[in-house]
Amino acid sequence: MKNLWKKLIDKYGYPKVFITILLAILLLIAVFQKQSIYGLLKDSLVRIGMNSVLVLAMVPSIVSGTGLNFALSIGIICGLLAGCITIEMNMVGLKGFLIAVLISIPFSVVAGYLYSILLNRVKGDEMTVGTYMGFSVVSLMCIGWLLLPFKNPEMVWAIGGKGLRTTITLANKYDKVLDRLIKLPNIDLPIGTLLFFALCSLLMWLFLRSKTGIAMMAAGSNPRFAQASGINVDLQRTIGTILSMVLGGIGILVYAQSYGFYQLYIGPLMMPFAAISAILIGGATAKKASISNVIAGVVLFQALLTISLPVINRMMPEGNLSEVVRIIVSNGVILYALTKVGGND
Amino acid sequence: MGENNSTKYVIELKNIEKEYFGNKVLKGVNLSVRPGEIHGLVGENGAGKSTLMNIIFGMPVIFSTGGYSGEILFEGNTVKIKSPKDAMELGIGMVHQEFMLLPGFTITENIKLNREILKDSIASRFLGPQLKTLDIEAMRRDARKALNELGMTVDEWLPIAGLPVGYKQFVEIAREIDKRNVKLLIFDEPTAVLTESEAEKLLGAMKMLAAKGIGILFITHRLYEVLAVADNITVLRDGEKVGSMKREEASIEKIAQMMVGRKIERVEKRQNKAEKSEEIIMSIRNLYVDMPGEMVKGVNLDIIKGEILGIGGLAGQGKIGIANGIMGLYRAKGEVYKNNKKIELNNTRKAIENGLAFVSEDRRGVGLMLDNSIELNIAIGAMQVKGMFLKTFFGVNWPRLVDERKIRENALKYIKELDIRCTGPTQITRRLSGGNQQKVCIAKALTLEPDILFVSEPTRGIDIGAKKLVLDLLVKLNVERGMTIVMTSSELGELRSICDRIAIVYNGKIEGILSPYDSDTNFGLMMAGEYKSHSKEAVR
Repeated sequence: MKNLWKKLIDKYGYPKVFITILLAILLLIAVFQKQSIYGLLKDSLVRIGMNSVLVLAMVPSIVSGTGLNFALSIGIICGLLAGCITIEMNMVGLKGFLIAVLISIPFSVVAGYLYSILLNRVKGDEMTVGTYMGFSVVSLMCIGWLLLPFKNPEMVWAIGGKGLRTTITLANKYDKVLDRLIKLPNIDLPIGTLLFFALCSLLMWLFLRSKTGIAMMAAGSNPRFAQASGINVDLQRTIGTILSMVLGGIGILVYAQSYGFYQLYIGPLMMPFAAISAILIGGATAKKASISNVIAGVVLFQALLTISLPVINRMMPEGNLSEVVRIIVSNGVILYALTKVGGND
Repeated sequence: MGENNSTKYVIELKNIEKEYFGNKVLKGVNLSVRPGEIHGLVGENGAGKSTLMNIIFGMPVIFSTGGYSGEILFEGNTVKIKSPKDAMELGIGMVHQEFMLLPGFTITENIKLNREILKDSIASRFLGPQLKTLDIEAMRRDARKALNELGMTVDEWLPIAGLPVGYKQFVEIAREIDKRNVKLLIFDEPTAVLTESEAEKLLGAMKMLAAKGIGILFITHRLYEVLAVADNITVLRDGEKVGSMKREEASIEKIAQMMVGRKIERVEKRQNKAEKSEEIIMSIRNLYVDMPGEMVKGVNLDIIKGEILGIGGLAGQGKIGIANGIMGLYRAKGEVYKNNKKIELNNTRKAIENGLAFVSEDRRGVGLMLDNSIELNIAIGAMQVKGMFLKTFFGVNWPRLVDERKIRENALKYIKELDIRCTGPTQITRRLSGGNQQKVCIAKALTLEPDILFVSEPTRGIDIGAKKLVLDLLVKLNVERGMTIVMTSSELGELRSICDRIAIVYNGKIEGILSPYDSDTNFGLMMAGEYKSHSKEAVR
């Protein structure tokens, strides 16, 4: 028994094993509470699909050596901006979604490039600087959302007619357009979103096996080695940062189509933390990450959040105590994950 | 040398041995210092001087690597010095090579740091001794006294930052002698950063301290300084005491010869190069490299095609900087021509494209990605610069994907050829022993198929058996592939065992080029930078 435990820890690391056990306990309680297990699992899958691409965005930034991308909110804002533009242009359906993705990419590339200039000057402190950079840009864009000349009455405040609303609904636009891309009879699962994530993962996997991907990996793994091997370390960090931002922009669009709303203003503020926690729980560290970390992480983290809520809700029905517990659980998991930034030694 | 116990020694070291990871660096060293004696300790880098000092001063590095064996007697009593604090309590002071001073504090504060003189204040009378205030007057008086003893006229209230280097060194010494009980002072290459006049002043101060009955251990590799002040001189080589003499018996030549010694016989009888070309493959003109601690200040050197050129010299003189500068790892200026074609400096990629390859002295820091596989480590340089090991993906030309099969083949080839001991090509390099890591580094360089291979400190930190393998490998590459090799090493013995010519670097410049068969004395003099002044005797 002790041996098996040790083996498990060695192979999967503490976070994965602990969260899996916690998840199993929660599911067990849910069974006793006679909750709909199918419903819980379905909700989990929806949330996994929603968040998957955002978690994937962490990979290029970790691999290129800039650590976890705490400034992912910048990429998210680029995605939101692109989304607002498509709404302004009245694009709907899958076409609208894809055009939003396409529009977001140049925004993200420019933002990622500018941000990487900063990162290349603060080597070693990327994560701290990134956190505050993210916060700053979110705050700055709070002004931006008010001032940008969007006119579509579905988006701007009803009174005054200026400035975007905090939440913009996607109903009648491209709400659930990926989730329901592939419909199976009697089963309502977000297959399309999961396939889209699979496609992104495949592309990322291929990229990491390309010449540039290997150079990026070397630059992240040992910058001095990379330099001595003729690799331009700063360029690789720039590429990694840009890729991360692009995936952040696409990630928020995937998130929004499933969620059904764009959340502007301080909506993106804490989003990087959820993605970071997920990939850390998946076994990544600030220096090493792989696609399997992304998958394991997003499944465990989102399943935990989704399942814990109704279970705790049933246990403590008093008022909004469950909401308090939800915040404690999600931030607790984030805190736990952040203690694993350096790996489990 | 009276080893009888009737003489009272300040410190006596008996049969000190020390191992670092199975590598013996001290092999039974005996040393004793009388009160009032200046004892010179000389030796090449890696001879074990610093290790010995670390043992005496109880540095943590000694105990974190398994301690030492042997006995230390301090004033006749056996002691175990477990930390610098123990050493200080016994009355051992150390003047460091790099200054351990707080730049923002004044001279007085630095001298009195953590030993401040306190006086009562109103608050302390009521609230206890924690609130005593500093007696600045008394502290200044003490500092003044210590400075006066050293013949320093500088004001004691000046901050350290901004003082000339020489003054900082004296403040360090003042701090040590201000400690009332100091009985033994260790000077670890104190003159390395000083100008000649400052050094002279320092030597004078040392004599004066000795006259007060303080025992002094003086480590240096400036031989004339030892002769100027030391009463007794001990020479270490490879962790052994190879000689000790009184000053009257010593001469620079004698010490130089002892320091270098003939360690390795020239094992490799190489194919006598009848067709030895005189074609110059690379010429270096006026090369300056800004590598901290290894500054190169104007090197001129020609490398002959097909030779093994050794670059030797003591640590800190700049020998390491030459290869690092040419390969673009540190900022360099000057001109480097290969086959009469100028090579762009400060561009590693261009250097590799021009057929240069480099095995770094910093194996774990620069040479390897420790958490990646052997095969990737070997392949990555060639992949990035030369576009090897890539394949197209379904006929699409971009992005080009890594050809894992070819990488594997290449790794297996070198694992076999260089006899890399590992569990397989996918093992991560962190788990390899030092010698095998070095072979991976060499394999990585060879995969680039260079014309000139720069190898820095190829045997640093690897055991003796592996050392021989690595050196044999270099000779084999030179003989079989005709590869030009430039080997930088602190170990003169190994340079002399395989090189055709050896350039000795002193103070950032080439002091001279010697044949491996030249006398120990010449090597010793060149490394100490005193070849030119002694050249009358040296030229046979």
